[in-house]
Amino acid sequence: MAHHASDDPPRRLAPLRETVQMILDEAERQGATAAEAGASSRAGLEVGVRLGEVETVEHTRDNGLGVTVYFGHRKGSASTSDMSPQALREAVAAACAIARYTQEDPCAALADAGRMCREVSDLDLYHPWPITPEQAIELAIACEDAARHCDPRITNSEGASLSSYWGLQVYGNSHGFIGGYPTTRHGLSCSVIGEDGHGMQRDHWWSSARAPQDLDEAAAIGRRAAERTLARLGARPITTRQAPVLFQAEVASGLMRHLIGAIQGASLYRRASFLVDRLGERIFPSFVRIHEEPHRPRGLSSAPFDGDGVATAAKDLVRDGVLQSYVLDSYAARKLGMETTGNAGGVRNLMIDMGSRDRNALLAEMGSGLLVTELMGQGVNTVTGDYSRGAAGFWVENGTIQFPVEEITIAGNLETMFAGLVAVGNDCDYSGSTRTGSWLIDRMTIAGQ
Amino acid sequence: MQWARCRRLVADRRRVAANHRTLKPETMNDSILIARRAILEPAGLTDSDLERLLGELRGPAIDAADLYFQTSRLESWVLEDGIIKDGGFNLEQGVGIRAVSGEKTGFAYSDELHYPALEQAARAARSIAGRGRDGRTRIAVDVQPRCLYDPSNPVESLANEDKIGLLQRVDREARRADPRVREVVASLVAAQDIMLVVADDGTVAADVRPLVRLNVSVIAEQGGRREQGSSGGGARADLGYFLVADLALELAREAVRQALVNLEADEAPAGTMTVVLGPGWPGVLLHEAIGHGLEGDFNRKGTSAFAGRIGQRVAAPGVTVVDDGTLPGRRGSLNIDDEGTASQNTVLIEDGILRGYMQDKLNARLTGAVSTGNGRRESYAHLPMPRMTNTYMLAGDKDPAEIIASVDRGLYAVNFGGGQVDITSGKFVFSASEAYLIEGGRIGRPVKGATLIGNGPEVLTRVSLIGNDLALDRGVGTCGKEGQSVPVGVGQPTLRVDGLTVGGTST
Repeated sequence: MAHHASDDPPRRLAPLRETVQMILDEAERQGATAAEAGASSRAGLEVGVRLGEVETVEHTRDNGLGVTVYFGHRKGSASTSDMSPQALREAVAAACAIARYTQEDPCAALADAGRMCREVSDLDLYHPWPITPEQAIELAIACEDAARHCDPRITNSEGASLSSYWGLQVYGNSHGFIGGYPTTRHGLSCSVIGEDGHGMQRDHWWSSARAPQDLDEAAAIGRRAAERTLARLGARPITTRQAPVLFQAEVASGLMRHLIGAIQGASLYRRASFLVDRLGERIFPSFVRIHEEPHRPRGLSSAPFDGDGVATAAKDLVRDGVLQSYVLDSYAARKLGMETTGNAGGVRNLMIDMGSRDRNALLAEMGSGLLVTELMGQGVNTVTGDYSRGAAGFWVENGTIQFPVEEITIAGNLETMFAGLVAVGNDCDYSGSTRTGSWLIDRMTIAGQ
Repeated sequence: MQWARCRRLVADRRRVAANHRTLKPETMNDSILIARRAILEPAGLTDSDLERLLGELRGPAIDAADLYFQTSRLESWVLEDGIIKDGGFNLEQGVGIRAVSGEKTGFAYSDELHYPALEQAARAARSIAGRGRDGRTRIAVDVQPRCLYDPSNPVESLANEDKIGLLQRVDREARRADPRVREVVASLVAAQDIMLVVADDGTVAADVRPLVRLNVSVIAEQGGRREQGSSGGGARADLGYFLVADLALELAREAVRQALVNLEADEAPAGTMTVVLGPGWPGVLLHEAIGHGLEGDFNRKGTSAFAGRIGQRVAAPGVTVVDDGTLPGRRGSLNIDDEGTASQNTVLIEDGILRGYMQDKLNARLTGAVSTGNGRRESYAHLPMPRMTNTYMLAGDKDPAEIIASVDRGLYAVNFGGGQVDITSGKFVFSASEAYLIEGGRIGRPVKGATLIGNGPEVLTRVSLIGNDLALDRGVGTCGKEGQSVPVGVGQPTLRVDGLTVGGTST
C-alpha cells in the first residue's frame, strides 16, 4: 500500500468542506430551519511487536460524518461512515425523520452566531511522519528490546506498539461557519512482564505527541516500562488504616478529570454533581490554580473551536482555590441561564500550576503513607463525590519507599480530598493532555488485609 | 504433533477448494441471503470477486486469511426533563481483511466496498508475509442452522410513536414511584448488525444480530442530599422485549428504588470481610476474576495468572463456571462468532478444577487447540480476539436466606457498576452500587457504594456456599479489551465468599 502520509491529507480538507456544505444545503432543502454537520477522515499505521517479532501490522482508514437538524427547537441527528452523495441525503433524511418525533426543547439550537470562531488559527497540530511499516517495526522492537534486556527478571512481554495517524475534521453550521484543520498523532508504548518468587507483575510506559520528533526515545520508553514492572515485584497488601496518599503525577491527572466531570454542563443541569451551585466558592486550598489552554501549540487536545463552532479560549477553572468557571457547551449554558464556555466536546489541555518540589520532596513531606501508582475500576460517584478504587503502589515510611503494595483500595470523598490537597509536585513527566505533578492528599482510608 | 495435524488440515482445505463449490442461493440459509442482499449486492460484489480477494491474500507463508463484511444500523432516543429531547440514527459499513502468518497478522480495512478499495486493503494486509505466489481459493457454503434470535430488524419493530410512548411511560412511572425523584433520564437503543465472513479455510458464514437496550437513571433528593439510581435491560430481541409484563416500567421502579436506598446509605466498611454476593449481575465477579484470565491469547503468551494451570484447582468444590454463547436471545449470545465458528457452551471451571480456555482461530491454531467460538471483534475495523459471551456459575443447593443467615458480620452486595482486572497479577476490582451490612445473620442498614478487590486465582477458592438461585443479568454488560467493546452477559447464584477486601471509608 502506498504510504499513508503520501496522501497529502491537507489537500483533502477542501472536499471535506464541500461535503459539510452539501449536508447543510441538503438539510435546508429538506426543510430544516437550522443544521450543523461534521465530517472527518483519519488514516494511519499501527504496528505491534512482541518478543522481538512483528505481531500485527494494521492499516487504518476511517471516514465519518454526522448531522444534526433543527426544526425550530426540535432536533434529530444521524451519522454514517459512507461519504457518498446518496448516503449524505439519506443521513439528512434520517435526522429529519427523527426530528419529527423529538419534542420542543427551548434550549435546543445552534450556539449563538456571535460566538462562532472568527479565525481558525494554526495550532501547529499537523506533523506527518513518513515512516514505513518496516521502520515502525524496527523502532517498536528497539523499544521492547530495551525493556527486555533491562534485567533478567523481565521474563515476558505484552509487546510494544507504534502508531502514527493523521486526521482531518471539518465542522460547519447554518450560521455560515465552516472550519477545519489537519492533525497528526503518533505514539510509542511498551508493556513487559517481570517475575520473581511471588509471581508475575506487568507495567507499561508510553509516549504520545503531535510531532514524531517530540516522542521520547524508544529505548527510554522501554527502560521506563521495565523499571516500573520491576518495582512492583513482590507486592503485597497492607492492613486497613487511614493515611496520607501521594498520587503519582500520571495518576493524579485522573483527579483533575473527576473535577471536570463534576463541573461539566450535563452534570450540573441534571444536578448530578457534588459541585452543584459551588461557582465562586473555595473548593481547593488557596495555592491551587487549574486552567485550560486550548491553543497550546502541538497540544494533544488543542483546538481552535469547539464542537459547537464556538471559539475556544484559555481560562482559569480554579484560581486561589476558588471555582471560577464551569465547563459548558451552548446547550448546557442555556439550561443553566449562562453563557457557553466554548467547551462543547470537553476541556482542551487541562493544566495545574505546579509546585516547586519534586516527588522525593513530597514523599519526605508525607512521611509515612501510600504512594499510588495505579488505580483500578470505576468507583467514582460524581453525584456525591464518593471515591473508592482499587490501587497499587508503595508503602512509604520516613519519606522512603519501603515495599510495593497491591490488592488494596483507597477511599474518601472528592470534596474532602480536594480540600485536603497538601501540595502539588513539579514532576509532570508523562504524555497526556492533562498536565499535573504528583498530588499529596492529607488523609484517605486504605482497605487491605 | 499438534502442528503436524494443522498442516494436514491445510492440505484438506486445498482439496475442498478443488471442489469448486460456490455460493448458491438455494443452499444458503436466511442469514447468508440477508447479508448478501444488505452488503454484497449493493456494492456490486460477486462470488468471484471474493474468491479473487482471497486469492490475493493467499500465499505459501499465509496460514489463514479472512474477509469480514459488516453493515450495522443503530437508532437511539433520549428522554430528559420529561421530553423526548434527542434521537439519532447511525449507519456503518465496511470490510476488514486479515492475513495471518504464524503469529503475525496483517490487517487493513475499508469503509468503501468497491472492488479496487478491497484489493488495496487485501494487498496491505498480506504485506505482513512478504510476496509469495498467488494462491487461488474457492469458497464453500457453510450452513448455520442455529437461530438464537430473530434476524428481523429491531429498529423497525416498533413505530416511532410507540418508542417515544415507551420512554414517556418510563418517565411517568419513575416520577410516580416517589416524590423525591428529581431527574429522570431514559434512553432506548435498537441496533441491527449484519456480518458475513469468508475465510480461506472454506468458511462462509453470516449472522444477523439484533440488540436492544433500555436505560433509566434517576436522581432523588431528600434534605439537600442527592443520590443516583440506575437500571437497565437488554437482549438480542426486538423492542417488544420491553413491553412484555411491562418490563420497562419495572426498570423505572428499580432505578428509583436504588436511588432511595442510597439516600439512606451510611459509610461502607473498610477491610477484609465475608461478602455475600446477590444473584445475577454480581457475576461481574466471574467476568473479571477468572473470565479474562482464561482467554486464549493471554494464556498462549503466558501473560495470564492462569497460564499453564489447566487441571489444577482454582475454585472451591462445587464451583462450575461456563461461557455459553448459545443462550437464546441473550445480550452476549451469538449464532456464530466473528470468525464463523458456531458459538458453544464451554466449561471453564468444573467442580473447582480449571478445564479450559476460550479460543479464537488464531490462538487455537498456535496452541494446538480448537476454536471455542469466542473469536469476536467490535467491528470490521478491529481484529478479532478471544472474548467472552455469557459467563456464569451454575447453581448450587443452598437457600439464599440460609446463606445470609450463616454470616455473623459481613457485607451483602447486590448491585454493581463495572469491574477491571490486571490479568498478569490476577488482581481484580468490581464496584458495588447497592450493598448492606450483614449483622447477626440478618440484612442490616444500606451502605454507600464501595470497590471490592481480590485476587482472581484465589477468590473462587474462598466460595463457601453456593445458592440455588442462579440468575443471569438483565442484559446490560459491555466488555472492553484492548480498546474494543463487545456486548456480554454474566450470571451467578447467591454466593458466600469468605474474605474479600471491601473499600469503604469506615475503619
